Amino acid sequence: MNIIVCIKQVPETTDVRINPETNTLIRDGVKSIINPFDMYAIEEAVRLKERFGGTVTVITMGPPQAESALREAISMGADEAILISDKAFAGGDTWATANTLSHAIQKIAKEKGSFDIILCGKQASDGDTAQVGPGIAAFLDLPQVTYVKKIEEIKNQKARVERMTEEGFDILETPLPCLFTVVKEINEPRLPSLKGMMRAKSAKIITWTAKDIGVDAQQVGLAGSRTTVVKIFHPPQRSGGQKLVGEPAEVVDKLVELLKSDIV
Amino acid sequence: MNYLLTEEQKMIKELAHKIAEEKIRPVAAHYDKTEEYPWEIIKVLAEADLFGLFIPEEYGGLGTSVMNLCLATEELSRACGGIAVCYAASALGTFPIILYGNDAQKKKYLPDLAKGKKVAAFGLTEPEAGSDASAIKTTARKEGNYYVLNGTKHFITNGGEAEIYTIIAMTDKSKGARGASAFIVEKGMKGFSFGKKEDKLGIRASTTMELIFDNCKVPAENLLGKEGMGFIITMKTFDMSRPGVAAQALGIAQGALELAIRYARQRQQFGKPISSFQGIQWMLADMATEIEAARALVYAVARAIDAGEKDIGSASAMAKLFASDVAFRVCDNALQIHGGYGYMKDYPIEKYLRDAKITQIYEGTNQIQRNIIGLSMIKELVK
Ligand SMILES: Cc1cc2nc3c(=O)[nH]c(=O)nc-3n(C[C@H](O)[C@H](O)[C@@H](O)COP(=O)(O)OP(=O)(O)OC[C@H]3O[C@@H](n4cnc5c(N)ncnc54)[C@H](O)[C@@H]3O)c2cc1C
Ligand SMILES: Cc1cc2nc3c(=O)[nH]c(=O)nc-3n(C[C@H](O)[C@H](O)[C@H](O)COP(=O)(O)OP(=O)(O)OC[C@H]3O[C@@H](n4cnc5c(N)ncnc54)[C@H](O)[C@@H]3O)c2cc1C
Repeated sequence: MNIIVCIKQVPETTDVRINPETNTLIRDGVKSIINPFDMYAIEEAVRLKERFGGTVTVITMGPPQAESALREAISMGADEAILISDKAFAGGDTWATANTLSHAIQKIAKEKGSFDIILCGKQASDGDTAQVGPGIAAFLDLPQVTYVKKIEEIKNQKARVERMTEEGFDILETPLPCLFTVVKEINEPRLPSLKGMMRAKSAKIITWTAKDIGVDAQQVGLAGSRTTVVKIFHPPQRSGGQKLVGEPAEVVDKLVELLKSDIV
Repeated sequence: MNYLLTEEQKMIKELAHKIAEEKIRPVAAHYDKTEEYPWEIIKVLAEADLFGLFIPEEYGGLGTSVMNLCLATEELSRACGGIAVCYAASALGTFPIILYGNDAQKKKYLPDLAKGKKVAAFGLTEPEAGSDASAIKTTARKEGNYYVLNGTKHFITNGGEAEIYTIIAMTDKSKGARGASAFIVEKGMKGFSFGKKEDKLGIRASTTMELIFDNCKVPAENLLGKEGMGFIITMKTFDMSRPGVAAQALGIAQGALELAIRYARQRQQFGKPISSFQGIQWMLADMATEIEAARALVYAVARAIDAGEKDIGSASAMAKLFASDVAFRVCDNALQIHGGYGYMKDYPIEKYLRDAKITQIYEGTNQIQRNIIGLSMIKELVK
């Protein structure tokens, strides 16, 4: 079983600060971590390897410092790591990012002969769109299941998985190769092991540029993005609200009055 | 302070720190209350390869290093001294096999211990033989291909949970201290059972158990070294393990200091944080200074052992004596800084004081450590 995991390095905070001039993330002084959902994807990949054998290849598109995210993935049990890095990739939207990653995956497939499963996190904690996984599946024309909370069975080149829904979960079957995005209910990511950390420290991280993965530089990064971030702003704080006090009957009457005058 | 740790040692510290903060600290109060054995955490330590730190590479470990063991024990103890001793006591039970086991014994027992699949324990103390270990009454009588063990050990850390025990028993009472021998005994061997589980002041996550040997037949090949080497094996084992107790004390002290600093900054009296009072700052300064001195000593001794220095009994005793006395003092003052809140179980600090106390008692009380240090100086003089 050959598994590819897509991970993104994100700032360690849910309170993302944005530069209003450039509409980009402010990364200064913020520690970088692996996108939390991607930790579940790495863990699941390592567990699949432990169940079925094979290899786990981790990829990330990002600046050179994203290498540390790849090393961390190796310390958790991933076998290989590829950094997809090129100035041309900067500022990409979900379309451009998915396009880039799908080219890299095709190159991996060519070199390895094949792959069986691509795992992504449900969404990134900074961009938050949850579109990159589905985008990769679309570019590669692969079946996909999002919000996977359990991989029940893999047999005869088919996988049966549980997809989380608001009410409960669906059980779906899909042929391999395919792409899953995973939710945090799927597992509990392990801590690294000492042997893993030692391996990670000395591991060779391969870097691929736009040219290496054979993608048109006009179709990636800012240039290739279909969307433009025009403006970013904090929504205005909601003002205080109003508290109605008194006997229930009175209060209800007042409320009805208010609703009529203020809202309708 | 920069202790010039190697890259590998930095990794060990970082990983043990992560485990302590993410996995141990949240459950420390639970295990303190319930006295359950923390198997869940033992599994985490095992998966992280930490049990490999005290076992040679050829038997599946990462190479025996007292320094590395100390670094891990210190970090774990910052979060819970009780859970940390479950780990360190496995090293104590394993050292005799590493030091005196033959290749067959090592091959049989060390790989599972290195992976943390099994934990070990060390059984010397008896109800009437504590500081005076030579008074042990447990006997081992040779019968054909077996030794038959009879007697009772008590206060044995990891007792009942460990699979592998190093047991000291008398093979020839007439020879006194030269008549003791060490055996590897496995849980489940016929005639080996467990008695009372102690209800303790501190380190409550660890079990302290009575071991009962009633005509327990141990295969002769489980004798460690030769007959009569029991107390030599014990002494050499303690020389190697005492820095681990010192590291446990150090970690407990460090953890208590951190809690005290945090509390002092947040507690307001007389209209300002109590940390702004010089009286409190001086207490914190003394605590930090003593901890740093203890750390320097513990690391120096651990490194000397790893470097192969032979005559380490006295230095090893000094590390244990000093670090544990510092730990108890630091925890006492850390609780004092918490005032009345510190006396309550709602705050974690009282546990640190309870946990610190044991480090002055086990693996030889601090009085006995002083005896070792004193005697070695006098011996040196008459040489
Ligand atoms: C404030 C802000 C607003 C934005 N608005 C838009 C917008 O409206 N439209 C738009 O198209 N883009 C937008 N972007 C850009 C977009 O969010 C990201 O830059 C895009 O590259 C990835 O999308 P995501 O972070 O939402 O990832 P998600 O789609 O949420 O990530 C899902 C999963 O995809 C994988 N993944 C994501 N990125 C990578 C990567 N670089 N390398 C490897 N795997 C990865 C991971 O497995 C991840 O868990 C915006 C960015 C910011 C900061
Ligand atoms: C929680 C816990 C875990 C333990 N784990 C283990 C274990 O895993 N394996 C094991 O074998 N043992 C273990 N022990 C036993 C421990 O090592 C002994 O308790 C310790 O050596 C002291 O022996 P004792 O309790 O019999 O005290 P005693 O020897 O009766 O001592 C009583 C007091 O007399 C003092 N004293 C004794 N002799 C002298 C002297 N010559 N000079 C001055 N003062 C002296 C002592 O310092 C002490 O203050 C454990 C004990 C505890 C409490």
